[in-house]
Amino acid sequence: MSLHTNTLKQLSTELKSKSVSSVELTRHFLDRIEKFDGDLNSFVTVTKDHALAQAKQADELIAKGKAGPLTGIPISQKDIFCTEGIKTSCGSKMLDNFISPYNATVVEKFNQAGAVMLGKLNMDEFAMGSSNETSFYGPVSNPWNTDCVPGGSSGGSAASVAARLTPASTGTDTGGSIRQPASLCGITGLKPTYGRVSRYGMIAFASSLDQAGPITQTAEDAALMLNAMAGFDAKDSTSVEKDVPDYTADLANNLKGLKIGLPKEYFGGGLDSDVGDVINAAVDQYKKLGAEVVDIELPNSGLSVPAYYVVAPAECSSNLSRFDGVRFGYRCEDPVDLEDLYKRSRSEGFGPEVKRRIMIGAYALSAGYYDAYYLKAQKVRHLISDDFKKAFEKVDVIMGPTSPNVAFNKGERSDDPIAMYLSDIYTIATNLAGLPGMSVPAGFANNMPVGLQIIGNYFGESRLLNVAHQFQMNTDWHTLMPDVFK
Amino acid sequence: MSLGSEEIKKIANLARLQIEESDIPGYAKNLSNILDLVEQMDSVNTDEVTPMAHPLDAVQRLRADEVTEQDQREHFQQHAPKVEDGLYLVPKVIE
Repeated sequence: MSLHTNTLKQLSTELKSKSVSSVELTRHFLDRIEKFDGDLNSFVTVTKDHALAQAKQADELIAKGKAGPLTGIPISQKDIFCTEGIKTSCGSKMLDNFISPYNATVVEKFNQAGAVMLGKLNMDEFAMGSSNETSFYGPVSNPWNTDCVPGGSSGGSAASVAARLTPASTGTDTGGSIRQPASLCGITGLKPTYGRVSRYGMIAFASSLDQAGPITQTAEDAALMLNAMAGFDAKDSTSVEKDVPDYTADLANNLKGLKIGLPKEYFGGGLDSDVGDVINAAVDQYKKLGAEVVDIELPNSGLSVPAYYVVAPAECSSNLSRFDGVRFGYRCEDPVDLEDLYKRSRSEGFGPEVKRRIMIGAYALSAGYYDAYYLKAQKVRHLISDDFKKAFEKVDVIMGPTSPNVAFNKGERSDDPIAMYLSDIYTIATNLAGLPGMSVPAGFANNMPVGLQIIGNYFGESRLLNVAHQFQMNTDWHTLMPDVFK
Repeated sequence: MSLGSEEIKKIANLARLQIEESDIPGYAKNLSNILDLVEQMDSVNTDEVTPMAHPLDAVQRLRADEVTEQDQREHFQQHAPKVEDGLYLVPKVIE
């Protein structure tokens, strides 16, 4: 049975035609997780009973003719989304014992759509990392080569879809955490415009950058997922009050006259030349589809990593102050006083990368340093955002590599934070500006997948998905999966 | 920027973290390197630039001052490390 190679769209059709039931489909994927996830470590928690109960309910809805596009479809959630009555760890020892008392809005929306949750996916601790090696639950392996990292922070989300252990998953992207792992694992990932998807119940890292999005085999599946995820939520004060279009509506539009901007800064010295060749070939494919290519400049993009490593740690140090061992999460043994309770609970509960970022943030926000760091970074952020605004006066989308190289070996960058941070050199600017971005499989370099990054204008998700879908109608990179998981 | 061990201890205290003495040199090195990276921002003059508060220039949405939440104290406290009579317990603060 090769049910797992089907896209979410195909599975939806099969469920409606009753050629397979949701319970059968769910069992199929649960069996695959059981068989293959020992090597991958992409799941923190498999919610078997919960999934089968949801699948049974979905089958009843389908029988009554009340099925929506996602009814009965198994998906998996990054373990950053709170799930009522189910462990929500955020990849941290701090929350290893945390059973969430409520659902994230994203989870609630998938429940309403009748989707089935297979489990909770491994991730870098508190989404801080680009390799999934900072997880308390151990690293995730890249399905294309298990010696390599899957990228991060949504490493479990990407690896599980790449190995077809789940038809689709959710991720979050603060500096590239959806797009970079999607690129390294050869699948499709979308980070929507800041505020498009509710952050309620999504454990906060850097609140002005965090955004949730889908990780799927195809752009069409990403559109179906985003249809369910997007929308205003009164529970998230930064959620945008804007109608949600049907993201599948524009997929079939042709690309004649599409103006693609190629920023010269994204094709410079740091880019692996084999990755560059794949990206250039993808751009050539777009030219064949009728697109025009325009050279553009994003002159301040070199400052995006420096600005990010002020803004993100500063916001993280504030957000993570809630983990104090008092109300939920890890508490140290036998604290002698309140100070000891705070300090030891946090020091024993957080891993080294999280502590580094909290400390950088605490320093940047401390008395006397605010102007030099946080205020400066917010100004640089404005310059970066203005670069994009100027570019979008001339072009419809911007393209380039998602990541400067293919997946690297486990351990290769874990002792060098700076080398790790530079994995996100092409993705971070998008978060600083709040723009939507995608990564789409575009080929291979050294037998590992390469992702093409497509950046859109604010709320341009429909256009992005259209541009990605048309590429996928004319290439088959997105259909490839590693042989060992077939 | 190079941070010394006293500064690491001060920052750790601000962040309510306890760093083992043996780990301080590692933190000093890594945090100094990160600050060096961050200071690349100084290559651009931003005197005339306004800081960006929100990518979409949105302002904080307000709502009517009405009670919208129900009391769920027991539900929320069921996973707390230590509670008694509806209160979270911590080591004694006042003698």
